[in-house]
Amino acid sequence: MKDPLLVVSDVRVSFLKEHQKRLFGRERQQVLRGVSLALEEGECLGVIGESGSGKSTLGRVLAGLLPPESGAVFINGRNLYGRGKRDAAGPRHGLSVVFQDYTSSVNPRFRVEHAIGESLRALERLEGRVVDKKRRVAELLEQVGLPASCASRYPHELSGGQLQRVCIARAIAVNPRVVLLDEAVSSLDASTQTQVMDLLMELRARRGLSYIFITHDLTCVTYFCDRALFFNAGRIVEQVDDMKNLSRVRDPYARRLLDAVMGIGVQPGDLRRERADLLPAGDGDVMGAAS
Amino acid sequence: MNTVLDVRNLSVRFRSGGRLLSLVKDVSFSVSRGGCLGILGESGSGKSMTCKAVLGLLDDNFQAEGGVFFEGRQLLGENPETLRRLRGGRIGVVLQNPMSCFDPLYRIGEQMAETLGEHTSLGRRRIRERSAELLELMRIREPGEVLRKYPHQLSGGMLQRVMIGLALALRPSLIIADEPTTAIDSISRHSVMREFLRIKRTGETAILFISHDLGVLSCIADQVLVMRLGEAVESGPAGRIFDNARDAYTRRLIRRHKAVMSKFLAAVRQGPEAAA
Repeated sequence: MKDPLLVVSDVRVSFLKEHQKRLFGRERQQVLRGVSLALEEGECLGVIGESGSGKSTLGRVLAGLLPPESGAVFINGRNLYGRGKRDAAGPRHGLSVVFQDYTSSVNPRFRVEHAIGESLRALERLEGRVVDKKRRVAELLEQVGLPASCASRYPHELSGGQLQRVCIARAIAVNPRVVLLDEAVSSLDASTQTQVMDLLMELRARRGLSYIFITHDLTCVTYFCDRALFFNAGRIVEQVDDMKNLSRVRDPYARRLLDAVMGIGVQPGDLRRERADLLPAGDGDVMGAAS
Repeated sequence: MNTVLDVRNLSVRFRSGGRLLSLVKDVSFSVSRGGCLGILGESGSGKSMTCKAVLGLLDDNFQAEGGVFFEGRQLLGENPETLRRLRGGRIGVVLQNPMSCFDPLYRIGEQMAETLGEHTSLGRRRIRERSAELLELMRIREPGEVLRKYPHQLSGGMLQRVMIGLALALRPSLIIADEPTTAIDSISRHSVMREFLRIKRTGETAILFISHDLGVLSCIADQVLVMRLGEAVESGPAGRIFDNARDAYTRRLIRRHKAVMSKFLAAVRQGPEAAA
């Protein structure tokens, strides 16, 4: 078997605490406590956790934005934070990122063609060849299901779903092997979410991409990912290699996430219970006690 | 059943450079005591505009027409001061973004006291006790501690629960919740929904629940109104709409939701323990 495309080994990150017990204190808050994972070629890996669990910090480490205190990240066998010659050489763009907040991740003064063109310029620099930007932008827009006429628009002239598609086009413009999706669908409407996830699945099949999908929504993971990691308090607490085994998760935190799913046909575990056998009298009388 | 809120042929227009843009067209619905009406729609469908028109939160650039009857009283055209007293009093409001609804410079306790002081004649000491009681009702641990904190020190889910607690504080007969679960993660969403269900079960309050999330709506709404481009395209009992929507747009929304859910259900139900 080939080496995994992306390997994270025992990454640790901590930040200086904001509230120090002593003046000039140096207490640190552990954010990532030894995270290891591997991503195979063509795979989609879901990372699930609630806000504050450290999953976005992991995303920043993977994107090369935050050097870990210890541990290493290998993409395509190259150490992302390595200083060696071998690490510095070769294409840097093995991984690109799509963030949650599409409005703040696109420069409001750039037209769509410039936003995507910026990626293409980076690609030109990297590969030392000239790219026909106009044609390429039109191609990329077509791939993400937008009309070519969008190219001359400004970000505020697009809807959230359209703008997130532009961000996806920008991310795949540099021909990455891995795309990191950090809550990439979380701020979209529920049905737009499904459309964007369908698009991502199609792109993956067409371009052989691998995804790391960071989210708090378990239904998105089951819809979209092959494997799932449950992330809590800076650690991977449970790993599901086959989605069929999802119901077997043991970790209490993972179970809570499982119970929190709501939808037609699913009443989340304890909501259903509360609905069925009513609350104890004192507990249920919210209005009475609130008066 | 007694109707708490009755909206008749509500239209909202926006004045823009001499032209009138129609944002909400001829929408009617009603909510009764103990009931919950869910308004479903994507962003831009006019659902928040409808809610703002009902609350009288639109400024002079907007023109609202029709009837908004709260406990039999027409609210459109009512003077702003009366409306302000109604909001937070008889009508509880929970908005989308808990982070921006609190003033970052004041402690939670101070902000709760401000609302309570405005609408009740309680003394300062009593207000502090009540605030702690409310937090406890919302299942926030160590309410005394939380009252001393600033908004940024609490999670989105917790702030949202504080907000629901405040909305409940004055025994409103109507709660209007505009996307209360959109900005928070799934575990907090679950706990927020639990509070809404508890409120609903008391049977004393009417709830107008606005969301784009079918999953959330399916667990609380009895009646559903689907909005698209400012128009009500479908309305009726929740079960009927989920299983058998007449409108093509509604069917599309529900089909997408069910596609996601069916994969989840397939994953969960296949394990041996799920069968047990």
